[in-house]
Amino acid sequence: MSTGATTLSGAPYPASPGLWALAWKRLCRDRVGLASFAIVLLYLALMAASAAGLVAGDWSREAGVSYAPPSFLGPGSAPSAERAAPGSEAAAGAPPEDLGIVDPLAAELAEIRKELTGVSVSESRAPTLAFGGDKWGRDVLKKAIKGTETSVLVGIVAAALAVFLGALFGALAGYYGGPVDDVFNWIYSVFTSIPYLLLVLAIAAVLNQKGTATVILILGLTGWTGTFRLVRAEYMKHKVREYVLAADAIGASNAQRMFGHIFPNVSHVVLVQLSLHVVLFIKSEVILSFLGFGVGVDTVSWGSMLNEAQSELLLGQWWQLVAATVAMAVLVTAFSLFTDALRDALDPRLN
Amino acid sequence: MTADTATLLSVRDLKVDFRTSEPHALHALKGISFDIPARGTIALVGESGSGKSVTALAILGLLPAANATVLSGSSITYRGRNLLDSTLNEMQAVRGTEISMVFQEPMSSLNPVFSAGFQLGEVLRKKLGLTRSQARTRAVELLREVGIPEPELRVDAYPFQLSGGQQQRVMIAMAIACEPKLLIADEPTTALDVTVEKQILKLVAGLQPQRQMAMLFITHDLALVAEVADYVVVMREGEIREQGSVKRIFEAPRDDYTRALLACRPTLGRRPRRLPVIDDFAGGRQAVEIPERPRGLRGDEEIVLEARHLAKSFYFREGLFGRKAFEAVKDASFKLARGKTLGVVGESGSGKTTMALTLMRLTPASGGEVLFDGRNLLAMPPEAALQYKRRTQIVFQNPYASLNPRFTAGEILVEPMRIHSIGADDHELHALAGQLFDKVGLPQSSFFKYPHEFSGGQRQRIAIARCLTMKPDVLICDEAVSALDVSVQAQLLNLLQDLQDEYGISYVFISHDLAVVKYMADEVMVMKAGEIVEIAGSDEIYANPRHPYTKQLISAMPRGWRDGGARAEQ
Repeated sequence: MSTGATTLSGAPYPASPGLWALAWKRLCRDRVGLASFAIVLLYLALMAASAAGLVAGDWSREAGVSYAPPSFLGPGSAPSAERAAPGSEAAAGAPPEDLGIVDPLAAELAEIRKELTGVSVSESRAPTLAFGGDKWGRDVLKKAIKGTETSVLVGIVAAALAVFLGALFGALAGYYGGPVDDVFNWIYSVFTSIPYLLLVLAIAAVLNQKGTATVILILGLTGWTGTFRLVRAEYMKHKVREYVLAADAIGASNAQRMFGHIFPNVSHVVLVQLSLHVVLFIKSEVILSFLGFGVGVDTVSWGSMLNEAQSELLLGQWWQLVAATVAMAVLVTAFSLFTDALRDALDPRLN
Repeated sequence: MTADTATLLSVRDLKVDFRTSEPHALHALKGISFDIPARGTIALVGESGSGKSVTALAILGLLPAANATVLSGSSITYRGRNLLDSTLNEMQAVRGTEISMVFQEPMSSLNPVFSAGFQLGEVLRKKLGLTRSQARTRAVELLREVGIPEPELRVDAYPFQLSGGQQQRVMIAMAIACEPKLLIADEPTTALDVTVEKQILKLVAGLQPQRQMAMLFITHDLALVAEVADYVVVMREGEIREQGSVKRIFEAPRDDYTRALLACRPTLGRRPRRLPVIDDFAGGRQAVEIPERPRGLRGDEEIVLEARHLAKSFYFREGLFGRKAFEAVKDASFKLARGKTLGVVGESGSGKTTMALTLMRLTPASGGEVLFDGRNLLAMPPEAALQYKRRTQIVFQNPYASLNPRFTAGEILVEPMRIHSIGADDHELHALAGQLFDKVGLPQSSFFKYPHEFSGGQRQRIAIARCLTMKPDVLICDEAVSALDVSVQAQLLNLLQDLQDEYGISYVFISHDLAVVKYMADEVMVMKAGEIVEIAGSDEIYANPRHPYTKQLISAMPRGWRDGGARAEQ
């Protein structure tokens, strides 16, 4: 009460510190929030730069030798395909013949490339790469950057789609109640009663093509149920509040009440759901890639990197796993912290 | 008077700070000192933010440790030792057995999943070491002592099976179970209806001499103080403004603030043209005698709105296919004259609010008509009703809930004007909003502020301004001033009266507070269990109530000191 009074008697600010300006002010006071916001921005900038081809445009160039170790370890520090001398590495449990099977067309491909570019690929290959190379000698760091583009895009767009559907259905069901609520609950029950992977497979089978757009659709169409439940409950709670009755009294239409009045008051729920789903969907993309419903072979994502890393890890080549995991863990953590800070900042009530 | 000269507890120079997000700590208590005698009732009176509850919590050591600090130099001496220096274990021994407390909200103080008897027995078992069966027997005795009918049956009742008054009685039984020396009652009747309030007050006032204990009675209502207290401490903003015997405070108040508090609450006896407010008393000024305002209807006034046989039922499922109707409003018929006020009184659950919402089409009616310009508002299609909806507006009770926290005050005012196409462009809308801020006594800078930046009274002003944007013919005030402090309430009532004088708006003034209704209304309608039991002119109904329920309501009102012999009645 008296804090309100001090605010009033304080400086008479005539300019409008709007909702977002106030939120920004509060966010600036939150150091963790600000730092994580910076990290998220950095990722988005990286994603934009990579999409524009400014960085990691040449990620698919086979710059180093197969499984080139990171530069800081030196060339002989880990077994690569060529130098996996028998008995030198305990981790190299797989016999060298196995590795030979991996790329039976290597010689032919090299020749084809040689013909196409006129340069011998094998001659220009570096023995080490900044953060190591994969099976084909592609730079892992560049792959991780390029993978950011795909993974973040999938995560954000799919989460936006899922949360949009969930929020819209939840708003309609919670606000109108009665038969409308019954219909949406019925759809909800159908979606949640089918085992998740079965549902994913079913939708994948219907869409019947691989690619980033498919992954987004699969995740978006299956992931709205949790948000629906929460938003529906919030709308049921808010629709009887006095401010909504007051809006009815001044003649605001149903749509205005639903989206103009109630939505800003439940937006924090939606925001938190959005961030949780971004994180969830980045991880889901990995699972989908593993199941063969991930992004196509011509694109790289953290999921496909982690998928490749499974077999590499057995050979002691950890750098692809680390690159993808670190990139993902930093973003996921930063995003979660940022969402928490954002939710606190957007709350109009004083603590 | 049962006051004893021996001091039981003395508070000396108590200072409490609260940490807030602001750079400076909030000084909740700024060095207060008072004594509680071993027998007798002392009342702490003050408005919200005065620090009354903080004082009570400090005595029991229940201040939130995370953000409250008791400054050094403070002392609370109970029987020769300083409670502020006691360890947690020592305090736990004091709480309940030596000093106990009754809170404001009985509904949230009792655990809903345990029976009343179990919760009462728990206190007895833990504090007095009684066995289960002993505790039960004692619980029944205690419930009988606090006036619960059929205590042998009620002892197994769950809180939801008890009424609000009975729940508060159970809380009181728990508080007195271990025979404390001091009972702290923090607004024990504020959440209760006026007839129940009277019963609880009677119980509390009777227990004190009977149990030979001291009582600290915390309230915002001076009228109640007159009925229970021997000694009064008036607080404001963490300071004691005045303390003295109840007779002295009421008959010869020395402090400006005390005098203002006494004057700004409407009384049954008088109806000045405007209520005195705190500013009228600042600097020791004497209130000027304000002429009386005549109220009532002549009978030839133009009728703005008429309700005929209005009914509203809610349905519950019962059994597999059956449904049971609950009639919230039954056959309500009344007329509202232009520029006049219809007061609606009744206890909670009497259907006052439902009637108001039905009147405005905010909830669909089950039957009846609402005539506006001779047309039935309830039968119109929604598009046509929009024009009429504009002309009836409502101010809700809770100013914290009725404004959208995400809109600025300016947006709140501009929105209805946009919906009803009032004002040509943004510039004009802003100008109109500015005029309305002036009209309701808010600064122009309010335009860009959010509701949480305003106090309760200011929020209610915004809510009133929002209604005024549509130039309504009828304004429904649903307990519009009930949640506010007495001094703010007086300002709001004056504002409402000024607006009625200027624009000729008709009010439907719903309140549980009979004194306020008497002050505001030309005609009074009494509701009970969804039915209108009596409608009469406001002077008439208070002088000669006809219906027994009206009589009961009026006799239950706290009379204060001036209305004479408050304690003698008991």
